[in-house]
Amino acid sequence: MGMTMSQKILAAHAGLDEVKAGQLINAKLDMVLGNDVTSPVAINVFEENGATAVFDNTKIAMIMDHFTPNKDIKAATLVKQTRTFADKYDIKNFMDVGMMGIEHALLPEKGLVGPGCLCIGADSHTCTYGALGAFSTGVGSTDMAAGMISGMAWFKVPSAIKFNIVGKPQGYISGKDVILHIIGEIGVDGALYKSMEFAGEGLKYLNIDDRLCIANMAIEAGAKNGIFPVDDITREYCNGRYQGTPVEYTADEDAEYDAEYTIDLSTLRPTVAFPHLPENTRTVDEIGEGEVKIDQCVIGSCTNGRISDLRAAAEIFKGKKLAKGVRCIIIPGTQSIWLQAMHEGLFDIFVEAGAVVSTPTCGPCLGGHMGVLAAGERAISTTNRNFVGRMGHVDSEVYLASPAVAAASAVAGYIVDPAKV
Amino acid sequence: MNAKGRVHKFGDNVDTDVIIPARYLNTASHKELAAHCMEDIDAEFVNKVQDGDIMVAEKNFGCGSSREHAPIAIKASGVSCVIASTFARIFYRNSINIGLPILECEEAAREIKDGDVVSVNFDTGVITDETTGKTYQAEPFPEFIQNIIAKGGLINSIL
Repeated sequence: MGMTMSQKILAAHAGLDEVKAGQLINAKLDMVLGNDVTSPVAINVFEENGATAVFDNTKIAMIMDHFTPNKDIKAATLVKQTRTFADKYDIKNFMDVGMMGIEHALLPEKGLVGPGCLCIGADSHTCTYGALGAFSTGVGSTDMAAGMISGMAWFKVPSAIKFNIVGKPQGYISGKDVILHIIGEIGVDGALYKSMEFAGEGLKYLNIDDRLCIANMAIEAGAKNGIFPVDDITREYCNGRYQGTPVEYTADEDAEYDAEYTIDLSTLRPTVAFPHLPENTRTVDEIGEGEVKIDQCVIGSCTNGRISDLRAAAEIFKGKKLAKGVRCIIIPGTQSIWLQAMHEGLFDIFVEAGAVVSTPTCGPCLGGHMGVLAAGERAISTTNRNFVGRMGHVDSEVYLASPAVAAASAVAGYIVDPAKV
Repeated sequence: MNAKGRVHKFGDNVDTDVIIPARYLNTASHKELAAHCMEDIDAEFVNKVQDGDIMVAEKNFGCGSSREHAPIAIKASGVSCVIASTFARIFYRNSINIGLPILECEEAAREIKDGDVVSVNFDTGVITDETTGKTYQAEPFPEFIQNIIAKGGLINSIL
């Protein structure tokens, strides 16, 4: 029986010719990631257990992105602890304010992950790098500590669901609409413990930012990882950027899938996830005019803080103003994206529309800082989760959407089809 | 090893943001995390929970963020065991790695009620609802994972 793309990467890193779904393996890691929230817990585990060395100081990334620039004294203390550890063990990819970006925007951009690599990260959205043909998955801090010590992690080999992507997207359809549509269809545990493997001729219409967005939200369907085949779009992005040696894996013709879905991009409509689960989706056509008024719009995050996202928002905002009473916070994902957006003149458009532009941070996505909601407030956001209390008060609400839908809604004052603004 | 305690019952898709809201992630202190355990889904939980109590939930428990702070908060609040129909995968491995006993058993998760007294035999996977007298058989852990647990968690198993 053939192997899926994910299974092939796992087998290669476990030194095995073949693996089967359900098999428990130990595999060699190419990258171990943590952030300012999860690294300190891992460092405590590392130190309390008497570890004295890391397996490879070039294969560990510690990205200070969640509560930075430090939102309070406790957050500053956690970053300081991480900085001290990184200095002690000469962690090459420790990235502090000034260098850091949102981790899942930053690692691909810096070429720290690429085709065929095996990466674990103490952050659930580590699944993002599957967009590049990597096997990449979120773990906890103890796994991070064990990975830093041994360069290994244990995995239960996942089975997979295959998504055949066909057709050409129309209008304002982006990667966000694709993944929200899929989660709406299969549910927040629809891919529990499994790989989501994307394939099909429609992939040529999804640029690298769309793919990073789709793989990023695989976890919102419960998946272990999301993964795309390597094609010219991937190669163009990774060539001259990826610091490792790219290895292109393809799923066997006779690989078995637990289920297969066909997603026709040409029929998708801009899609919004209503509170309080990413599976509560509706297309913009199913939302009444003025039905969902908003107080805040957030455009950014590891899901949608890349240059294509900022351009899509700017296209809507150009020459327009935010609706009265709406606040809009725009967060470029990395320093490099920030500079590029500035040079392209996008900041003029945002600020003239009445929005603010932040330094890179996860910030409001998880109710950390830079846009926390009060009781009764509603946000439309390009982030990835709309759980109870996710962006602030337990009685606030988050609606997930693409940058185009979020920007259009900020202009209208309520959730709207971008084609109508 | 066994556990016995009063049940705190939850539904589907209990996410790690409600288990431990991100506003408390500016600390790694187990005690501080426990003081806010389940705050956004049951603000009274920390006042009700007693050492040894058992958490029972339905499907996809622990979905969302990978924060290990979630199983840490549950364990540090005194909970001895979590039973669910299914667990989100990162929560599942985090619990094993830190030594919070978890069991998957759909029937038990569906039938056991809030406030019931339940006992669990981890060696056999037998769950007994002492309030109703009914017993359930949970899925046993694979040997590979039993070894991690037997060694007292992941780090002890690699060092």
